[in-house]
Amino acid sequence: MTTAAIAPPIRAKRVLPGFTLSLGTTLLYLTLIVLIPVLALILKGAEMGPARFWQIISSPRAVAAFQITLTAAAIATVINAVYGLLMAWVLVRYEFPGKRLLDAMMDVPFALPTAVAGLSLTALFSANGWFGQVLEAAGIQVVYTIWGIVLAMAFTSVPFVVRTVQPVLEDLDPALEQAAVTLGAGPFAIFRRVVLPAILPAWMAGCTTAFARSLGEFGAIVFIAGNLPFRTEIAALLAYIRLEEYDYNGAAAIALVLLGFALVLLLASNLLQFWAARYREGQK
Amino acid sequence: MSGAALTYLPGQSRRGPQVLIALAVGLTLVFIAAPLVFIFVRAFAGGWQVYAANILHPMTLHAIWLSTVTALIVVPLNVAFGIAAAWAVAKHRFPGRGLLVTIIEIPFSISPIIAGICYLLLYGRQGILGPWLQANDLQVMFALPGIVLVTMFVTAPFVAREVLPLMQAQGSAQEEAAVTLGASGWQIFTRVTLPNIKWALLYGAVLCTARAVGEFGGVSVVSGNIRGQTNTLPLHVELLFNDLNAVGAFAAASTLTVIAVIALLIKALLEYRTDGSGA
Repeated sequence: MTTAAIAPPIRAKRVLPGFTLSLGTTLLYLTLIVLIPVLALILKGAEMGPARFWQIISSPRAVAAFQITLTAAAIATVINAVYGLLMAWVLVRYEFPGKRLLDAMMDVPFALPTAVAGLSLTALFSANGWFGQVLEAAGIQVVYTIWGIVLAMAFTSVPFVVRTVQPVLEDLDPALEQAAVTLGAGPFAIFRRVVLPAILPAWMAGCTTAFARSLGEFGAIVFIAGNLPFRTEIAALLAYIRLEEYDYNGAAAIALVLLGFALVLLLASNLLQFWAARYREGQK
Repeated sequence: MSGAALTYLPGQSRRGPQVLIALAVGLTLVFIAAPLVFIFVRAFAGGWQVYAANILHPMTLHAIWLSTVTALIVVPLNVAFGIAAAWAVAKHRFPGRGLLVTIIEIPFSISPIIAGICYLLLYGRQGILGPWLQANDLQVMFALPGIVLVTMFVTAPFVAREVLPLMQAQGSAQEEAAVTLGASGWQIFTRVTLPNIKWALLYGAVLCTARAVGEFGGVSVVSGNIRGQTNTLPLHVELLFNDLNAVGAFAAASTLTVIAVIALLIKALLEYRTDGSGA
């Protein structure tokens, strides 16, 4: 909080050495590892031509896969918007025993390999697992349904919401809320009129990243989804299947659509974060 | 910062916070903690001896070895990249800084499957570089280089993401002071910057390790899943799972989980230290 408030010194531009070396290394690494491979995919799309591309992505199975992926990711994001905000709020505003541990738990989905998460969630929610037993008795099936996909997506993407909202909440001066209390505002009015406007850009940025992550998730989902075409087959998996059939055009076309989504969402998230930073500066 | 958390607002009921805390703890126990604990519960379901037998199975050992080699190559390169990127962005101003940060984050938003497909289209037999690679008898896909490359793609942002915000928050005043005292670039980095960022760097490196050994989607595209040859640990987990060897799958998964837990412990230690120093 103290450090964030200090504006970067506006002085001589290149005081510190190593600019060329560090920027050169960064650009080289990014070009070789990230940009050129992504370019290879885009070139493949260009080579394919728009007619063929459209034919592949408008095939019934691909459309179904995109629908399932988007629907599940949207539900997972709504869940995480609420759960992530709750976690950020509780971790910033209250003191209670075990808070540190709870905070550390929010990094679990980040550190745990997705295949491991998928394996564990599948076993937990299958008919003989800890939670599956209870849910099965209530007539709810999670594993091998879209809810399994939602669960896997929500698990892997929740840290993005929590970790984006947390620092903004930490910066939010409780005096504003206290002032609202003295003016007679109830808890909901305070949240809606004082807290929400301040955290909205960051919250939306976090949700956008979580949505993007959900769209791209693979490892956790293949275990739990059952992967039935038209029912529980996600777009990333369909691309993978096309690849195994040596249908490189099919894989590339689906991958290009996912890439498009990812880049648009990444841009949106960055614009939101930029807006959030501007908003916070404006507060000071 | 923590003072704010302690002040309860006058007139605010105490029950609200209690309900919210209970809800947060309950949901986290069910959705986050249970899957973590469950891996060890299932891995040790047959006792220590079954566990050891599963881990010491030649195929599992080979998968562990392959994933370890991958991490040993990827993590140092990623650490170097992370430091370079953070140094360039945090300590200097240049046009396109924002764009650079966005590009660093690309692998976060892109599905690992897409990453795998990109690499296949570049280095695969029918890929852009395919004919050249074949003419020179170089095997990238379905071999260690492909696994390493795609893992580098997927884990690219991890170190930079931990180090960059810290470097930005700390500013450059200490380094600038070192310059006026006549320190060389290397001296500034090792004596001033490195001690300031070492814990975040360590956390980033361990997190990167956890994700490097655990990378699944991208690697499953480029590895070809050749049993005993290009089968990394997470692919082996899937293989055992599909073979209906659940205990074996969980035993293999537990080794990956241990690395994740180490990452979390370092993070906890890091936060404990930063809080303690009054930052």
